[in-house]
Amino acid sequence: MPRLSYRRALTRALADEMTRDESVVVLGEDIRVAAANVTTGLVKKFGPERVRDTPLSEQAFTSFATGAALAGARPVVEFQIPSLLFLVFEQIVNHAHKFPLMTGGQCAVPVTYLVPGSGSRTGWAGQHSDHPYALFAHVGVTTVVPATPADAYGLLVSAIRCDDPVVVFAPAGALDLREDVADPAPVPLGRGVVRRAGDDVTVVAVGHLVHEALAVAEELAGQASVEVFDPRTLYPFDWDGLVDSVSRTGRLVVVDDGNRSCGIAGEIIATVVERVRLAAPPRRVTRPDGAVLPFAPALDRAVQPGRDQLTAAIQLTLKDG
Amino acid sequence: MTGPDPAALYRTVRLIRRFEERAIELVDAGEIVGGIHPYLGQEGIAAGVCAALTAGDLVTGTHRGHGHVLAKGADPARMLAELCGRVTGLNRGRGGSMHAADFGVGVLGANAIVGAAGAILTGAVWERRRRGTDLVGATFFGDGAVNEGMLLEAFNLAALWRVPVLFVCENNGYATTMPVAGAVAGTIAGRAEAFGMPATAVDGQDPETVRAAAAAAVARMRAGGGPELIEAHTYRFDAHHTFEHRVRLDYRPPQEVADGRSRDPVEIAGGRLDPATRAEIDASVEAVLAAAVDFALAGPHPDPATALDHLYASGLTARTGGG
Ligand SMILES: Cc1ncc(C[n+]2csc(CCOP(=O)(O)OP(=O)(O)O)c2C)c(N)n1
Ligand SMILES: [Mg+2]
Repeated sequence: MPRLSYRRALTRALADEMTRDESVVVLGEDIRVAAANVTTGLVKKFGPERVRDTPLSEQAFTSFATGAALAGARPVVEFQIPSLLFLVFEQIVNHAHKFPLMTGGQCAVPVTYLVPGSGSRTGWAGQHSDHPYALFAHVGVTTVVPATPADAYGLLVSAIRCDDPVVVFAPAGALDLREDVADPAPVPLGRGVVRRAGDDVTVVAVGHLVHEALAVAEELAGQASVEVFDPRTLYPFDWDGLVDSVSRTGRLVVVDDGNRSCGIAGEIIATVVERVRLAAPPRRVTRPDGAVLPFAPALDRAVQPGRDQLTAAIQLTLKDG
Repeated sequence: MTGPDPAALYRTVRLIRRFEERAIELVDAGEIVGGIHPYLGQEGIAAGVCAALTAGDLVTGTHRGHGHVLAKGADPARMLAELCGRVTGLNRGRGGSMHAADFGVGVLGANAIVGAAGAILTGAVWERRRRGTDLVGATFFGDGAVNEGMLLEAFNLAALWRVPVLFVCENNGYATTMPVAGAVAGTIAGRAEAFGMPATAVDGQDPETVRAAAAAAVARMRAGGGPELIEAHTYRFDAHHTFEHRVRLDYRPPQEVADGRSRDPVEIAGGRLDPATRAEIDASVEAVLAAAVDFALAGPHPDPATALDHLYASGLTARTGGG
């Protein structure tokens, strides 16, 4: 079976969609030479008109993509740094997201915002290490965080085909993964997946943390049967899929690389307890409130959710109730 | 129309003028909630620029945007229904005064975030051109927008990629209460020149002067030229927003207001017609607007159960907010 790396999965999704649909164009900084090692080979195949290197004008090229979408294009905008999303939050929220409703349904804005290397890359410090997916879920922009190469391919393809704006977070912690993928296929937006079946507790893990959760589940296998649920899309969330899992296990722990206050973990817990009577109080493992990732690697790691914290949270939940 | 047509130009200016006056009556009557930013006094700019465009060309407007939408050809009745929040409005009552859009006539929306629309229009024109059309675009913005970084970034992108966008600055001397002299270092035209964009300053009170300048720029752009800027000097005859009708803000000297109002685009354009033609146009505009008011007020109010309609083009349904 062919090995597919996470990065090449993204490359392949872009190439396949550009081949299939002339309206797909890619914009971003240094994408011609594929500085982020995602747009590799695209300019050669599709030319500089459809693979456009932009000046450092994130606000303008983000709204340029909105305008191109209003005129029929399906742009993919690549961002070099996750923190740049703060710079273009206005353009995405006030314009791309609001246009369909404000115009009474006269238009669609099918733009994909691709962030290869979201979250900590270790050693890139405060302004390069954010993971602001909860912000986009909050404003109601479709938000996906693929955990595996197959999902990276399948969710990016679905994002490009979606008639609404979609933010694709490709976590730095997952970019170097490889897996055997026979035939990469689209993955539907809004559908989660049980990565490991279990009976005692449901662990919801986001993005690269899915692999941490699987490792912890394996370590705990002697003591407890842990189910690992990967939502894949954070907005719209697969509430039915998750409720189905938690209804069976009766216990919930969420591990999420976002900040604690108003983070996606809080939303997941709130929604589950609205619908399911749990056997024990739910737990969450997140970045701290207001996290700014410090530079020194030990400090950077200290602020991110870790395996030990997750193990402790699972054990507490199993003990309670 | 791309050549001079004094009657057509006057008709557009007069239509916008009377539309705004009727809209203010509807604000006072409580039929338009939230008020409006009247375009009174600036009608010559939208009329002149849009007279230089063809049906397929694209436009974006501003918070003071009724004139742009009407001049590009939107139906005044559906426009007024939109201001009144009815389902028969251009945006089905979802946009209102500041977001009126009519994609059918190339209006990609009034946009209420100052300085934001230039980049959007640049992308739209670029995409249409990529599909082999020869259309151009015009994006309107006020003097307040020239200090917004995102607009200056759009100047750069359009000039760099030679996207044929006419950047039309409506310099009415103020951003709300802030005079240009208190906000703009350097000059507005100088900003365009810094990006290698030709810039023309015109008398925005004379619709024909605006039309001629826009037509010349559009001709150059259609022939393969890059973006250009027109700075149209104008004066806002009324309030920044109708809330000022209730709360008087002291920032424009009375003499300045009187001088500004003395150069009226309706009179300048109307003075070029014989009185009979002018009277005929006036009567026809009155009839159109009387019908528009009737149409607007007869339109059904939207059903609250449809408040989330059109939120997602993909068909995604949002969770509602109830317990
Ligand atoms: C980015 C942004 N900042 C502030 C506002 C609030 N605001 C609305 S209109 C306006 C003044 C705009 O002045 P100008 O661009 O000169 O247009 P004019 O109102 O004179 O037509 C302001 C400050 C806004 N809508 N958008
Ligand atoms: Mg102004």
